[in-house]
Amino acid sequence: MKHLKRLSILAISLILGTSCSNDDDTPTQIIEEEVITTMTITLTPNGGGTPIVMQTRDTDGDGPNAPVVTDPVNLAANTTYSGSIELLNELESPAEDITEEVEEKDDEHQFFFQATNSIATFAYSDMDGDNNPIGLSFTLTTAATGTGTVTVTLIHEPNKDASGVSDGNIANAGGEEDISETFNVVVK
Amino acid sequence: MKYYLLIVVLCFLNLAHTQNCTHSFLGEIKDFHDGTPMSGATIYIETLNSYTTADINGKFTIKNLCEGTLVLRISHVGCEPKRLEIEIDGDTYKEINMEHHIEELHEIMVSGNSAKKLTKTAQESQLNTEIIERFSALNLGDAIKQISGVSSINTGNSIVKPVINGLHSSRISLITNGVLLQDQEWGIEHAPNVDLNTAGSINVIKGASALAYSGDAIGGVIVLKPANISLKDSIYGKTILSGQTNGRGYNIASTLTKSWKKGWFVNGQVSLKRFGDFKAPDYNLTNTGVNAKGLNLSTGFKTFEKGFIINYSYLNSEIGILSAAHIGSINDLVRAINNREPILVKDFSYDINSPRQDVTHQILKTEFYKRFKQFGRIQIQYDFQNNQRLEYDIRRDDNNRAAIDLNLKTHAIKANLKLDANTKAVYHFGIHTRFQNNFANPETGIKRLIPDYDKYDVGVFAISNLKLKENTILDFGLRYDFNRIDAKKWFLESRWEERNYNNDFSDIVIKTENAQVLANPVYNFHNVSVSAGISHKISKRHSVLFNYGLSQRSPNPSELFSDGLHHSAARIELGDLRIKQEISNRFGGTYQIQPSNLSLQVEGFANHIKDFIQIIPFGTEQTIRGAFPVWNYTQTNALLFGVDITANYDLTEQWNINHKSSFLKGRDVEAKTALIDMPAFRTVNVLGYTNKKWLDFNANLESECVFRQNDYPNFNFETLNPTTQEMVLVDISTPPPAYHVMHFRSEITTALSKKTKLNIGLNVSNVFNTSYREYLNRLRYFADDLGRNFMLQLKLNY
Repeated sequence: MKHLKRLSILAISLILGTSCSNDDDTPTQIIEEEVITTMTITLTPNGGGTPIVMQTRDTDGDGPNAPVVTDPVNLAANTTYSGSIELLNELESPAEDITEEVEEKDDEHQFFFQATNSIATFAYSDMDGDNNPIGLSFTLTTAATGTGTVTVTLIHEPNKDASGVSDGNIANAGGEEDISETFNVVVK
Repeated sequence: MKYYLLIVVLCFLNLAHTQNCTHSFLGEIKDFHDGTPMSGATIYIETLNSYTTADINGKFTIKNLCEGTLVLRISHVGCEPKRLEIEIDGDTYKEINMEHHIEELHEIMVSGNSAKKLTKTAQESQLNTEIIERFSALNLGDAIKQISGVSSINTGNSIVKPVINGLHSSRISLITNGVLLQDQEWGIEHAPNVDLNTAGSINVIKGASALAYSGDAIGGVIVLKPANISLKDSIYGKTILSGQTNGRGYNIASTLTKSWKKGWFVNGQVSLKRFGDFKAPDYNLTNTGVNAKGLNLSTGFKTFEKGFIINYSYLNSEIGILSAAHIGSINDLVRAINNREPILVKDFSYDINSPRQDVTHQILKTEFYKRFKQFGRIQIQYDFQNNQRLEYDIRRDDNNRAAIDLNLKTHAIKANLKLDANTKAVYHFGIHTRFQNNFANPETGIKRLIPDYDKYDVGVFAISNLKLKENTILDFGLRYDFNRIDAKKWFLESRWEERNYNNDFSDIVIKTENAQVLANPVYNFHNVSVSAGISHKISKRHSVLFNYGLSQRSPNPSELFSDGLHHSAARIELGDLRIKQEISNRFGGTYQIQPSNLSLQVEGFANHIKDFIQIIPFGTEQTIRGAFPVWNYTQTNALLFGVDITANYDLTEQWNINHKSSFLKGRDVEAKTALIDMPAFRTVNVLGYTNKKWLDFNANLESECVFRQNDYPNFNFETLNPTTQEMVLVDISTPPPAYHVMHFRSEITTALSKKTKLNIGLNVSNVFNTSYREYLNRLRYFADDLGRNFMLQLKLNY
């Protein structure tokens, strides 16, 4: 019985030592750090003119509210635009610039641009360290007048070496989609 | 008291004599349990090399004894023989208590593979040490699938959760070494944190009939017991070594026990498991490696009358999740489903990268028990469990920063009292209390999967076990449980309003900050469980049993609080603060035949669950990553029913056939649809050959056939393909086709020395390298199941 007493004292002291942590009463608020709430694409017409803004903005992240999307996007026919993309996390205050994170890990990211009804074509104007495209800068060239959609997709950890991926073909990219937004576009 | 007087009187009488060899010894042999005299006991007097027997009153006398030590060896039918040393210093009287409850004795006496039923009238099956050892390199879920009616729900091949009669996770209670496992078991991707190698036997009780363990196990109870310690001066151990081709890995499990005749023992056990990427028949399953380490230490003192045990166990498992299963949107899921092969396949590697799980579970247990003469057994236990769950995802900033970091601490104290003095009416009472704290580390920078909470549980039960006649046993059980959950959770303000919590739960709001609402939901649940059962032996070979169980289960944290995007399923999962307990009424019946060369067991059940909690699709929500289906936890009424058959037929002394099949239907009675994730009809047939003469050789060829689940709810939906701007079907519901796989195993056992035995086993699973997918594997959208595997296992008993 003596042993029992000693052992139980040992056990109880062990238990008291290991428990009783995490006693903070109010859980710390978590502001999601990795959410992209806002994608702003600025299209500047080559040869001057007013820049066009395409934006998707979801201020509650994965919450129930749908993103607010520029609709429609009005582009001029037969025009080449220089595009640049800015990504923000507006849940944080001040808003966190996610563009920088993508630039830092440019080999792990790639944007893909797709248009329906052949209203536009795209070309990458930036490269990562392996001479593969990123897509934070690109050109958009419109065709004749028409309507259609432009889908912008950001893929995290794509396989940039897979067939067609560096030419902007999403089919073999793999990875996971961080952004997938479709804009209604009117070319006049 | 009167005996003391008697001794005193005898001592005085003794004074009158001066001569040495005239003393008498009077012994009285009684049953430990109820004090009845044990007539006819044989007494061998070692010191005199003579025999005597106890009379009708259990008494015996030995005359003309000299001063000194008298050594007696007493035996009685059905008793463990008892050896006694008695100092003779005059006329002596001694009461000797014998134990004839061999069954109870076995709990402490018999080592190795004795499997004992824990209930009398429940649908219960057991796995003995031999079977458990075969699964040393695998998981608990794989092992107990050997029992008809038990299946598993998997995430890949390393996260295997047991399913009993169609129910799993929070609906199953798992007891390991007397401790009710608390390891975030609500999660379908959270495998039970038990090391199979620590178990000497596993009992599976279908339904909530085993109220001594828990009241809310609507599906069933799994009880893992450590191997028994033999009460002799001995040191013994066992080492299992196995290597396998699929996963190119190994498993080592080794245990060593030192025991003393008086009852002391020390036991240590270690297990290590390391696998690299597993392989489907046609491709590598990239990032499916496993690295697990287990340690188990126990010491204590065990006799029939009293004992205590201190036990510490540690288990760490690092499990890689198939890379191809990491998806970010519905488009990714559609691509994965339509691709039919994993999108990412790399060369074999032992690396475990994100996504992965790293879970550590520690248990510290102390137990004390004592038996009282003509009364029963009392047991008190305290246990502490610490569960640390880390889940790593592919992140933009740092893959080595956990995305889920949950710490669950549980303290439990329980006291059990078993009154078994009268073997015809055994009563069992108990009180269980538990305190639990869940802490979700905010360092993840990702919204908590489940919130911080404190949970308090108190349960009391009373069970009676009545033997009506020699052939009939009646069981009644009653249990009451109180559960209190006190949680603090941050909700997105938009979600709080969308759920209409701002109207229904405005009183629990603490504050609103940065578009988030901090709320303090507190729940008090009162649950009543009832069990009743009867078993009857119709004849020597035929027996039946019937049982009924009423049980209530309180909602788990994910059913109440889930809130957010589940990446690997590409869906938004939402709990509901309004969810109440579910109530199960289960009827079971078993018919058993056991003639010499055929044994057959047919188990049937029907389980009606009122307010059955399930997660089903509800609509879609738009995010920057596209549309996601929203899955809500809701309540409905469900009915599950089925039949499980187990049969064994000995063709000759050497050849035998074993058959197991289980059929189950699960219906949503309100929606008049099938329930999701119900196991399909499964039949396993084994042809076995045994020859004792060839080093105990045995070989088994097993055919496992799983039909297609044709009864499933159709939750398929359409989504817009952004490239083509066309709607495409997202086929998440259609079950995979039926499959048939063959397995082979063979083993021999040889004695290396007097005390050392070597067993060599060869296992080949999926002999024909068949490609298949299982409906109850959550990764079935992404890749095939495992291909062929050769495993060589060496088992050394010493």
